[in-house]
Amino acid sequence: MAETSLTHTDRMAPRPAGWQGIAADWASDQRAFKNVSWGKAMMWIFLLSDTFIFGCFLLSYMTARISTRVPWPNPSEVFALRIGGSEIPLILIAIMTFVLISSSGTMAMAVNFGYRRDRRKTAILMLLTAALGATFVGMQAFEWTKLIMEGVRPWGNPWGAAQFGSSFFMITGFHGTHVTIGVIFLIITARKVWRGDFDVGRPGFFTSRRGRYENVEIMGLYWHFVDLVWVFIFAFFYLW
Amino acid sequence: MVDVTPADAVPPAEVAEVELYHPHSWWTKYVFSQDAKVIAVQYSATATAIGLVALVLSWLMRLQLGFPGTFDFITPEAYYQFITMHGMIMVIYLLTALFLGGFGNYLIPLMVGARDMVFPYVNMLSYWVYLAAVLVLVSSFFAPGGPTGAGWTLYPPQAIMTGTPGGQDWGIILMLTSLILFIIGFTMGGLNYVVTVLQGRTRGMTLMRLPLTVWGIFTATVMALLAFPALFVACVMMLLDRALGTSFFMPAIVEMGQQLQHNGGSPILFQHLFWFFGHPEVYIVALPAFGIVSDLISTHARKNIFGYRMMVWAIIAIGALSFVVWAHHMYVSGMHPYFGFFFATTTLIIAIPTAIKVYNWVLTLWRGDIHLTIPMLFALAFIVTFVNGGLTGLFLGNVVVDVPLSDTMFVVAHFHMVMGVAPILVIFGAIYHWYPKVTGRMLDETLGRFHFWVTFLGAYLIFFPMHYLGLMGIPRRYAELTDMTIMTESAHHLNSFISIMAFIVGFAQMVFLFNLIWSIRHGREAGGNPWRATTLEWQTPQTPPAHGNFGKELPIVYRWAYDYSVPGAKEDFIPQNVPGNFGLSKEPA
Repeated sequence: MAETSLTHTDRMAPRPAGWQGIAADWASDQRAFKNVSWGKAMMWIFLLSDTFIFGCFLLSYMTARISTRVPWPNPSEVFALRIGGSEIPLILIAIMTFVLISSSGTMAMAVNFGYRRDRRKTAILMLLTAALGATFVGMQAFEWTKLIMEGVRPWGNPWGAAQFGSSFFMITGFHGTHVTIGVIFLIITARKVWRGDFDVGRPGFFTSRRGRYENVEIMGLYWHFVDLVWVFIFAFFYLW
Repeated sequence: MVDVTPADAVPPAEVAEVELYHPHSWWTKYVFSQDAKVIAVQYSATATAIGLVALVLSWLMRLQLGFPGTFDFITPEAYYQFITMHGMIMVIYLLTALFLGGFGNYLIPLMVGARDMVFPYVNMLSYWVYLAAVLVLVSSFFAPGGPTGAGWTLYPPQAIMTGTPGGQDWGIILMLTSLILFIIGFTMGGLNYVVTVLQGRTRGMTLMRLPLTVWGIFTATVMALLAFPALFVACVMMLLDRALGTSFFMPAIVEMGQQLQHNGGSPILFQHLFWFFGHPEVYIVALPAFGIVSDLISTHARKNIFGYRMMVWAIIAIGALSFVVWAHHMYVSGMHPYFGFFFATTTLIIAIPTAIKVYNWVLTLWRGDIHLTIPMLFALAFIVTFVNGGLTGLFLGNVVVDVPLSDTMFVVAHFHMVMGVAPILVIFGAIYHWYPKVTGRMLDETLGRFHFWVTFLGAYLIFFPMHYLGLMGIPRRYAELTDMTIMTESAHHLNSFISIMAFIVGFAQMVFLFNLIWSIRHGREAGGNPWRATTLEWQTPQTPPAHGNFGKELPIVYRWAYDYSVPGAKEDFIPQNVPGNFGLSKEPA
């Protein structure tokens, strides 16, 4: 684990390693996860809960898909783009996935530079991440528009099971909402980094809590989670 | 003072003191407050207010069932609306909100020795989103077509069809919106409760020194964070079915001679999602009650809780098992029979940790110095009521017994005993127990005893006869039972009797509410620790505790929460923050 999160653990006694260490931590007072701050613990538990939401969405979609008695539209054809006179299957989604995965890379770099107190690079990388996220949402809007123009609706589509459109709009919409919220908070956090809030300990506008550079990492946890969820949506919706 | 030996090692502080938000005005102190104690009172008041609506609805239902044909304004549609709103309010907006938002907010920070919840601002938002959910719910009473009458389980396809009240009007939309809001609000609070217990405890407070109240609320909150997502997803999907005409849950179906646009959806999928939430929900309500009642019994019997560690592991085991039993609500839904076999087995296994808990409560009482205070009376009432309701659960958990009893009054009797009456008895006991800490004054004793006896005996007189009605085959959810051949004259008399009892018990709650309000000013001064209890919330420098709970220094915990009647100690209780080794303490090593 990174020492970077040991921000106020300087008075801790040395701990045993491995499973014994985990047992000792859970048997100890004050904190069950010794190196983990409140904010980070809260984000992890939120992500666990959110995993159940996406899990339920995907399971419901799979139930609909395997129990339907009419043909399911072929994703390779539905999600193909005509470029230079030939149909290229899944090209848009490939680019979208590439963009989103890349944004995880820039996010990880932002976290790194954050802990080095490099305000400028951290803020720029976070804004770059936000830009990639916004690009992803933009391409998703394009994809939605294209499908709607071709006659796909939540209640039906020209090619087969009505649940195709319902599940598609619901799941990608819910994920897109997550990305959009992420972009907004990336911009807010980047502004705080840029302004040096985490260096001077400026109290938050709403919470009046002083932020730390760890906020960048917590933001990153959320962002990587949204990426990871996309990988599952990509696999189960587009590749199946 | 007790004997203090210097041998007590004090662990070093690992977390720096947090800065609390200090309110500057009346508004930020009492309305938009970030203090968990104020938020707890807000949660409790809102839950009680909406609970009164549910109480009135139950009266209206009983009027119809007890005296059929007498009250013209209770149409079958209205009856279904009453049933739906009564169930939904009681389970979600009252019990869940009161146990987790009310008691959780008040007790967790005080009992673990924290200044506040870890993120007070998010905690405040949690309440306001909950309030929004309640307001949306209430608004459905005034919407065109009235609230939804789909039954509290909201089963599709009927929930969003024309024949059901609110199905094609506003009712179901407002219901689903309100649930989604509730889940969002609860998540904000729930994350706070979990992180506060895991990461915000004071020095010396290990997990195995937590009072069982905290264990119950903590485990229930973890469960809620994992179970509510299924309800969230089900609500979103049904909302899409209703608003956009998708077919997640709607099969091809004919309504009033007309083929609907829906095609290919699965109503059973909704039932799976709903009960994956719905069954853990039973224990989300029950586990805090288990925890609180353990502390009430130990304190008022002046004896350490019997088998503390088994109590903790039983709570965790019940929480885990409750995620693999959900389809026992669906034996008559048309599942594969092997599923019924699996779910019946897991359901009956839950009886083991539950029985451990009941035995341990009884063994705690065994040869205890039992004080029949009002909290203790309610705790004792809880034990017998819970055993009663739990035993009928064994009947309904078996597929072959459940099939004939399904959808009869027997089911109504079962779940009202086990997750209606039993947890509410604990809520009453807990209010009598902690009211002195919240207000600084005791609730009136005479009114309290009156309230207890009428409520306890009355609840039995209401729900016990329902078992017999159920065994006779009287179905539930029927607005009119007059013309059925199984409705014998004696069954009609029984129904009228139940209704009269329901009114009497309901009025006893008015006495309780009067007591709550009257005692704020006129109750006897309580002092800091009227029950001579060990847990940290009774050791605060001020009563009611001030913002930040513990004054300048956070308490340091030296012992478990159950050092009552320790041989050799001067008093019959040793608070958790008192140092000193007493060789005869029963704290597990």
